[in-house]
Amino acid sequence: MEKTVNHKAWFLVLPVLILVAFSAVIPLMTVVNYSVQDTFGNNQFFWAGLEWFEELLASERLHNALGRQIMFSAIILAIEVPLGIFVALNMPKKGFWASLCLVLMALPLLIPWNVVGTIWQIFGRVDIGLLGYTLDKLGISYNYTQDAFAAWATVVVMDVWHWTSLVALLAYAGLQSIPDAYYQAAKIDQASRWKVFRYIELPKMAGVLLIAILLRFMDSFMIYTEPFVVTGGGPGNATTFLSIDLVKMALGQFDLGPAAAFSLMYFLVILLISWVFYTVMTNLDKRDGV
Amino acid sequence: MDWMAWTTPTAIFFGVIACLIVTFTVLAIKFPETPRVGVLQIETTRGDRLFITLLGSAFINLAWLGLVSAPQWGALIVCLIYAAAVFRWV
Repeated sequence: MEKTVNHKAWFLVLPVLILVAFSAVIPLMTVVNYSVQDTFGNNQFFWAGLEWFEELLASERLHNALGRQIMFSAIILAIEVPLGIFVALNMPKKGFWASLCLVLMALPLLIPWNVVGTIWQIFGRVDIGLLGYTLDKLGISYNYTQDAFAAWATVVVMDVWHWTSLVALLAYAGLQSIPDAYYQAAKIDQASRWKVFRYIELPKMAGVLLIAILLRFMDSFMIYTEPFVVTGGGPGNATTFLSIDLVKMALGQFDLGPAAAFSLMYFLVILLISWVFYTVMTNLDKRDGV
Repeated sequence: MDWMAWTTPTAIFFGVIACLIVTFTVLAIKFPETPRVGVLQIETTRGDRLFITLLGSAFINLAWLGLVSAPQWGALIVCLIYAAAVFRWV
Protein backbone atom coordinates (compact mmCIF):
# COMPACT_ATOMS: atom_id res chain seq x y z
CA MET A 1 0.00 0.00 0.00
CA GLU A 2 1.27 3.43 -0.94
CA LYS A 3 1.58 5.79 2.00
CA THR A 4 0.64 9.41 1.42
CA VAL A 5 3.31 11.86 2.46
CA ASN A 6 2.00 14.99 4.11
CA HIS A 7 4.55 17.29 5.68
CA LYS A 8 1.90 19.63 7.02
CA ALA A 9 1.72 17.44 10.11
CA TRP A 10 5.06 18.89 11.15
CA PHE A 11 3.30 22.16 11.98
CA LEU A 12 1.50 20.34 14.77
CA VAL A 13 4.88 19.87 16.45
CA LEU A 14 5.41 23.63 16.52
CA PRO A 15 4.01 24.25 20.05
CA VAL A 16 6.39 21.65 21.48
CA LEU A 17 9.28 23.19 19.58
CA ILE A 18 8.49 26.62 21.00
CA LEU A 19 8.21 25.18 24.50
CA VAL A 20 11.51 23.32 24.17
CA ALA A 21 13.14 26.43 22.73
CA PHE A 22 12.28 28.43 25.82
CA SER A 23 12.90 25.72 28.38
CA ALA A 24 16.03 24.15 26.90
CA VAL A 25 17.51 25.61 23.74
CA ILE A 26 17.72 29.26 24.78
CA PRO A 27 19.13 28.47 28.25
CA LEU A 28 21.63 26.11 26.63
CA MET A 29 22.70 28.82 24.19
CA THR A 30 23.20 31.15 27.13
CA VAL A 31 25.37 28.56 28.83
CA VAL A 32 27.47 28.28 25.68
CA ASN A 33 27.84 32.06 25.66
CA TYR A 34 28.86 32.07 29.31
CA SER A 35 31.39 29.29 28.79
CA VAL A 36 33.64 31.46 26.61
CA GLN A 37 33.50 34.52 28.84
CA ASP A 38 34.29 35.70 32.33
CA THR A 39 32.00 37.80 34.47
CA PHE A 40 32.16 39.54 37.81
CA GLY A 41 28.43 40.11 37.95
CA ASN A 42 26.44 43.14 36.77
CA ASN A 43 25.99 41.49 33.38
CA GLN A 44 29.48 42.54 32.35
CA PHE A 45 31.33 39.93 30.34
CA PHE A 46 34.93 39.60 29.20
CA TRP A 47 36.05 37.32 26.40
CA ALA A 48 37.96 34.28 27.66
CA GLY A 49 37.93 32.03 24.59
CA LEU A 50 38.46 28.35 25.31
CA GLU A 51 40.41 29.06 28.48
CA TRP A 52 37.81 27.55 30.83
CA PHE A 53 37.57 24.35 28.84
CA GLU A 54 41.34 24.03 28.81
CA GLU A 55 41.58 24.70 32.52
CA LEU A 56 38.84 22.22 33.39
CA LEU A 57 40.16 19.46 31.14
CA ALA A 58 43.43 19.62 33.08
CA SER A 59 41.78 20.12 36.47
CA GLU A 60 42.32 17.45 39.06
CA ARG A 61 39.16 18.52 40.84
CA LEU A 62 37.03 17.69 37.80
CA HIS A 63 38.86 14.41 37.17
CA ASN A 64 38.27 13.34 40.76
CA ALA A 65 34.60 14.30 40.67
CA LEU A 66 34.18 12.40 37.40
CA GLY A 67 35.96 9.39 38.88
CA ARG A 68 33.69 9.41 41.93
CA GLN A 69 30.65 9.83 39.70
CA ILE A 70 31.55 6.86 37.48
CA MET A 71 32.33 4.76 40.54
CA PHE A 72 29.01 5.68 42.13
CA SER A 73 27.02 4.85 38.99
CA ALA A 74 28.91 1.59 38.54
CA ILE A 75 28.35 0.51 42.14
CA ILE A 76 24.64 1.26 42.22
CA LEU A 77 24.07 -0.40 38.83
CA ALA A 78 26.03 -3.46 39.97
CA ILE A 79 23.80 -3.72 43.03
CA GLU A 80 20.42 -2.52 41.79
CA VAL A 81 20.17 -4.49 38.54
CA PRO A 82 20.88 -8.00 39.90
CA LEU A 83 18.96 -7.24 43.09
CA GLY A 84 15.99 -5.89 41.10
CA ILE A 85 15.94 -9.01 38.91
CA PHE A 86 16.21 -11.23 41.98
CA VAL A 87 13.29 -9.45 43.67
CA ALA A 88 11.20 -9.60 40.48
CA LEU A 89 11.85 -13.33 40.10
CA ASN A 90 10.68 -13.96 43.64
CA MET A 91 7.60 -11.78 43.59
CA PRO A 92 4.20 -13.55 43.57
CA LYS A 93 2.81 -13.76 40.05
CA LYS A 94 -0.85 -13.05 40.81
CA GLY A 95 -3.41 -12.55 43.55
CA PHE A 96 -3.51 -10.39 46.66
CA TRP A 97 0.18 -10.75 47.49
CA ALA A 98 1.21 -9.67 44.01
CA SER A 99 -0.80 -6.44 44.34
CA LEU A 100 0.52 -5.83 47.84
CA CYS A 101 4.10 -6.33 46.68
CA LEU A 102 3.59 -3.95 43.78
CA VAL A 103 2.24 -1.21 46.06
CA LEU A 104 5.01 -1.70 48.61
CA MET A 105 7.64 -1.67 45.89
CA ALA A 106 6.25 1.50 44.38
CA LEU A 107 6.30 3.41 47.67
CA PRO A 108 9.98 4.46 47.73
CA LEU A 109 9.64 5.69 44.14
CA LEU A 110 6.98 8.17 45.19
CA ILE A 111 9.06 9.90 47.84
CA PRO A 112 10.67 13.17 46.71
CA TRP A 113 14.46 13.19 46.53
CA ASN A 114 15.03 15.72 49.28
CA VAL A 115 12.73 13.81 51.63
CA VAL A 116 14.67 10.61 50.93
CA GLY A 117 17.84 12.53 51.76
CA THR A 118 16.36 13.83 54.99
CA ILE A 119 15.06 10.40 56.01
CA TRP A 120 18.50 8.86 55.59
CA GLN A 121 20.27 11.79 57.13
CA ILE A 122 18.31 11.27 60.32
CA PHE A 123 18.26 7.46 60.03
CA GLY A 124 22.05 7.40 59.98
CA ARG A 125 22.65 9.80 62.87
CA VAL A 126 24.44 8.24 65.79
CA ASP A 127 22.52 10.20 68.43
CA ILE A 128 18.90 9.90 67.26
CA GLY A 129 18.90 7.77 64.10
CA LEU A 130 17.82 4.15 64.26
CA LEU A 131 20.58 2.87 61.98
CA GLY A 132 23.39 5.03 63.36
CA TYR A 133 22.40 4.39 66.97
CA THR A 134 22.12 0.61 66.47
CA LEU A 135 25.45 0.34 64.66
CA ASP A 136 27.07 2.45 67.35
CA LYS A 137 25.67 0.26 70.14
CA LEU A 138 26.87 -2.85 68.28
CA GLY A 139 30.34 -1.38 68.48
CA ILE A 140 30.64 -0.66 64.75
CA SER A 141 32.21 2.68 64.12
CA TYR A 142 29.87 4.53 61.80
CA ASN A 143 29.77 8.26 61.27
CA TYR A 144 28.86 9.46 57.81
CA THR A 145 29.85 13.04 58.56
CA GLN A 146 33.45 12.14 59.31
CA ASP A 147 34.24 8.83 57.71
CA ALA A 148 34.42 8.73 53.91
CA PHE A 149 33.58 5.02 53.73
CA ALA A 150 30.52 5.44 55.95
CA ALA A 151 29.39 8.39 53.84
CA TRP A 152 29.74 6.36 50.65
CA ALA A 153 27.97 3.37 52.16
CA THR A 154 25.09 5.58 53.28
CA VAL A 155 24.69 7.26 49.90
CA VAL A 156 24.88 3.94 48.03
CA VAL A 157 22.46 2.13 50.34
CA MET A 158 20.10 5.10 50.16
CA ASP A 159 20.09 4.96 46.37
CA VAL A 160 19.60 1.20 46.41
CA TRP A 161 16.67 1.63 48.82
CA HIS A 162 15.16 4.37 46.68
CA TRP A 163 15.55 2.92 43.21
CA THR A 164 15.87 -0.88 43.23
CA SER A 165 12.07 -0.99 43.09
CA LEU A 166 12.15 0.64 39.69
CA VAL A 167 14.39 -2.08 38.29
CA ALA A 168 12.31 -4.75 40.03
CA LEU A 169 9.02 -3.39 38.70
CA LEU A 170 10.34 -3.14 35.15
CA ALA A 171 11.82 -6.63 35.32
CA TYR A 172 8.54 -7.89 36.80
CA ALA A 173 6.61 -6.39 33.88
CA GLY A 174 9.02 -8.14 31.51
CA LEU A 175 8.53 -11.46 33.31
CA GLN A 176 4.74 -11.15 33.28
CA SER A 177 4.76 -10.88 29.50
CA ILE A 178 6.28 -14.34 29.04
CA PRO A 179 3.59 -16.82 27.93
CA ASP A 180 3.21 -20.00 30.00
CA ALA A 181 3.99 -22.10 26.94
CA TYR A 182 7.67 -21.17 27.26
CA TYR A 183 7.85 -22.55 30.79
CA GLN A 184 5.94 -25.68 29.79
CA ALA A 185 8.36 -26.30 26.94
CA ALA A 186 11.28 -25.82 29.33
CA LYS A 187 9.71 -28.31 31.74
CA ILE A 188 9.34 -30.92 28.98
CA ASP A 189 13.00 -30.42 28.12
CA GLN A 190 13.84 -30.75 31.82
CA ALA A 191 15.67 -27.44 31.75
CA SER A 192 17.31 -26.44 35.02
CA ARG A 193 16.23 -23.27 36.90
CA TRP A 194 19.35 -21.52 35.69
CA LYS A 195 18.69 -22.46 32.06
CA VAL A 196 15.10 -21.22 32.30
CA PHE A 197 16.46 -17.92 33.57
CA ARG A 198 19.30 -17.73 31.05
CA TYR A 199 17.40 -18.76 27.90
CA ILE A 200 13.81 -17.70 28.59
CA GLU A 201 13.53 -15.05 31.26
CA LEU A 202 16.64 -13.01 30.61
CA PRO A 203 16.16 -12.61 26.82
CA LYS A 204 12.52 -11.68 27.37
CA MET A 205 13.51 -9.11 29.98
CA ALA A 206 16.39 -7.68 27.93
CA GLY A 207 14.35 -4.79 26.50
CA VAL A 208 12.93 -3.54 29.79
CA LEU A 209 16.20 -4.17 31.59
CA LEU A 210 17.99 -1.96 29.12
CA ILE A 211 15.47 0.79 29.84
CA ALA A 212 15.99 0.23 33.57
CA ILE A 213 19.76 0.43 33.19
CA LEU A 214 19.48 3.57 31.08
CA LEU A 215 17.16 5.26 33.56
CA ARG A 216 19.24 4.28 36.57
CA PHE A 217 22.48 5.25 34.90
CA MET A 218 21.25 8.67 33.83
CA ASP A 219 19.65 9.38 37.18
CA SER A 220 22.68 8.29 39.15
CA PHE A 221 25.01 10.16 36.82
CA MET A 222 23.08 13.35 37.48
CA ILE A 223 22.37 12.69 41.16
CA TYR A 224 22.39 15.80 43.29
CA THR A 225 19.71 16.16 45.93
CA GLU A 226 20.11 13.02 48.04
CA PRO A 227 23.87 13.13 48.62
CA PHE A 228 23.66 16.90 48.98
CA VAL A 229 21.11 16.59 51.79
CA VAL A 230 22.86 13.67 53.52
CA THR A 231 26.54 14.50 53.23
CA GLY A 232 26.72 17.85 51.47
CA GLY A 233 29.48 16.33 49.35
CA GLY A 234 31.61 15.56 52.41
CA PRO A 235 33.48 14.54 54.42
CA GLY A 236 35.99 16.69 52.57
CA ASN A 237 35.18 15.99 48.95
CA ALA A 238 34.51 12.27 49.42
CA THR A 239 30.97 12.31 48.04
CA THR A 240 31.23 15.38 45.84
CA PHE A 241 29.75 14.08 42.60
CA LEU A 242 29.74 16.01 39.34
CA SER A 243 26.51 17.92 39.89
CA ILE A 244 27.40 18.82 43.49
CA ASP A 245 30.76 20.09 42.28
CA LEU A 246 29.03 22.00 39.50
CA VAL A 247 26.67 23.74 41.91
CA LYS A 248 29.58 24.57 44.23
CA MET A 249 31.39 26.13 41.29
CA ALA A 250 28.41 28.01 39.85
CA LEU A 251 26.61 29.19 42.97
CA GLY A 252 29.13 28.76 45.78
CA GLN A 253 32.07 30.40 44.05
CA PHE A 254 30.01 32.21 41.40
CA ASP A 255 32.50 31.13 38.71
CA LEU A 256 29.92 31.25 35.96
CA GLY A 257 32.38 30.85 33.07
CA PRO A 258 34.06 27.65 34.29
CA ALA A 259 30.73 26.32 35.56
CA ALA A 260 29.19 26.85 32.12
CA ALA A 261 32.10 25.04 30.47
CA PHE A 262 31.75 22.29 33.07
CA SER A 263 28.03 21.87 32.41
CA LEU A 264 28.58 21.72 28.66
CA MET A 265 31.06 18.88 28.99
CA TYR A 266 28.76 17.14 31.47
CA PHE A 267 25.90 17.57 28.99
CA LEU A 268 27.96 16.15 26.13
CA VAL A 269 28.84 13.03 28.10
CA ILE A 270 25.18 12.49 29.03
CA LEU A 271 24.09 13.13 25.45
CA LEU A 272 26.60 10.58 24.16
CA ILE A 273 25.56 7.90 26.64
CA SER A 274 21.85 8.52 26.05
CA TRP A 275 22.39 8.26 22.32
CA VAL A 276 24.26 4.97 22.69
CA PHE A 277 21.51 3.51 24.89
CA TYR A 278 18.76 4.81 22.63
CA THR A 279 20.43 3.37 19.54
CA VAL A 280 20.98 -0.01 21.17
CA MET A 281 17.38 -0.04 22.37
CA THR A 282 15.78 0.85 19.04
CA ASN A 283 17.99 -1.69 17.26
CA LEU A 284 16.99 -4.38 19.74
CA ASP A 285 13.33 -3.56 19.04
CA LYS A 286 13.92 -3.79 15.29
CA ARG A 287 15.71 -7.11 15.67
CA ASP A 288 12.84 -8.49 17.74
CA GLY A 289 10.38 -7.08 15.22
CA VAL A 290 8.49 -5.06 17.85
CA MET B 1 18.98 39.74 24.47
CA ASP B 2 21.64 41.30 26.69
CA TRP B 3 21.12 38.69 29.37
CA MET B 4 22.14 35.96 26.96
CA ALA B 5 25.62 37.49 26.79
CA TRP B 6 26.10 36.89 23.06
CA THR B 7 29.52 37.02 21.46
CA THR B 8 30.32 37.01 17.76
CA PRO B 9 32.05 33.58 17.76
CA THR B 10 29.18 31.86 19.61
CA ALA B 11 26.65 33.57 17.30
CA ILE B 12 28.55 32.24 14.28
CA PHE B 13 28.73 28.81 15.92
CA PHE B 14 24.97 28.62 16.41
CA GLY B 15 24.38 30.17 13.00
CA VAL B 16 26.38 27.39 11.35
CA ILE B 17 24.48 24.70 13.26
CA ALA B 18 21.13 26.31 12.41
CA CYS B 19 22.15 26.48 8.73
CA LEU B 20 23.15 22.81 8.82
CA ILE B 21 19.81 21.79 10.33
CA VAL B 22 17.84 23.88 7.81
CA THR B 23 19.91 22.51 4.91
CA PHE B 24 19.35 18.94 6.03
CA THR B 25 15.64 19.54 6.49
CA VAL B 26 15.35 20.93 2.98
CA LEU B 27 17.41 18.02 1.67
CA ALA B 28 15.17 15.56 3.51
CA ILE B 29 12.08 17.08 1.92
CA LYS B 30 13.55 17.28 -1.60
CA PHE B 31 15.32 13.93 -1.54
CA PRO B 32 13.57 11.68 1.00
CA GLU B 33 15.99 9.69 3.16
CA THR B 34 16.48 5.97 2.96
CA PRO B 35 18.00 4.45 6.10
CA ARG B 36 21.04 2.26 5.59
CA VAL B 37 23.24 0.07 7.78
CA GLY B 38 26.89 1.07 7.95
CA VAL B 39 30.03 0.08 9.84
CA LEU B 40 28.38 0.66 13.22
CA GLN B 41 25.79 -2.01 12.32
CA ILE B 42 22.99 0.42 13.08
CA GLU B 43 20.42 1.89 10.77
CA THR B 44 21.11 5.57 10.09
CA THR B 45 19.48 8.27 8.04
CA ARG B 46 21.17 11.44 6.82
CA GLY B 47 19.95 13.29 9.91
CA ASP B 48 21.36 10.60 12.22
CA ARG B 49 24.70 10.91 10.51
CA LEU B 50 24.64 14.69 11.02
CA PHE B 51 23.96 14.12 14.72
CA ILE B 52 26.80 11.60 14.99
CA THR B 53 29.08 14.04 13.19
CA LEU B 54 28.22 16.99 15.44
CA LEU B 55 28.44 15.01 18.68
CA GLY B 56 31.70 13.38 17.62
CA SER B 57 33.11 16.74 16.57
CA ALA B 58 32.43 18.16 20.03
CA PHE B 59 34.46 15.34 21.57
CA ILE B 60 37.22 15.69 18.97
CA ASN B 61 37.49 19.39 19.84
CA LEU B 62 37.61 18.66 23.57
CA ALA B 63 40.20 15.93 23.10
CA TRP B 64 42.29 18.25 20.95
CA LEU B 65 42.06 20.96 23.57
CA GLY B 66 43.02 18.64 26.40
CA LEU B 67 45.67 16.47 24.74
CA VAL B 68 47.22 18.38 21.84
CA SER B 69 48.92 21.70 22.33
CA ALA B 70 48.28 22.96 18.80
CA PRO B 71 45.92 25.68 17.52
CA GLN B 72 42.26 24.71 17.72
CA TRP B 73 41.63 24.95 13.96
CA GLY B 74 43.62 21.72 13.70
CA ALA B 75 40.72 20.00 15.43
CA LEU B 76 38.34 21.40 12.84
CA ILE B 77 40.35 19.69 10.08
CA VAL B 78 40.12 16.40 11.98
CA CYS B 79 36.37 17.03 12.36
CA LEU B 80 35.95 17.54 8.60
CA ILE B 81 37.75 14.26 7.90
CA TYR B 82 35.62 12.60 10.58
CA ALA B 83 32.44 14.08 9.05
CA ALA B 84 33.37 12.80 5.59
CA ALA B 85 34.05 9.35 7.06
CA VAL B 86 30.73 9.31 8.93
CA PHE B 87 28.75 10.28 5.85
CA ARG B 88 30.61 7.76 3.74
CA TRP B 89 30.69 4.69 5.97
CA VAL B 90 28.32 4.98 8.95
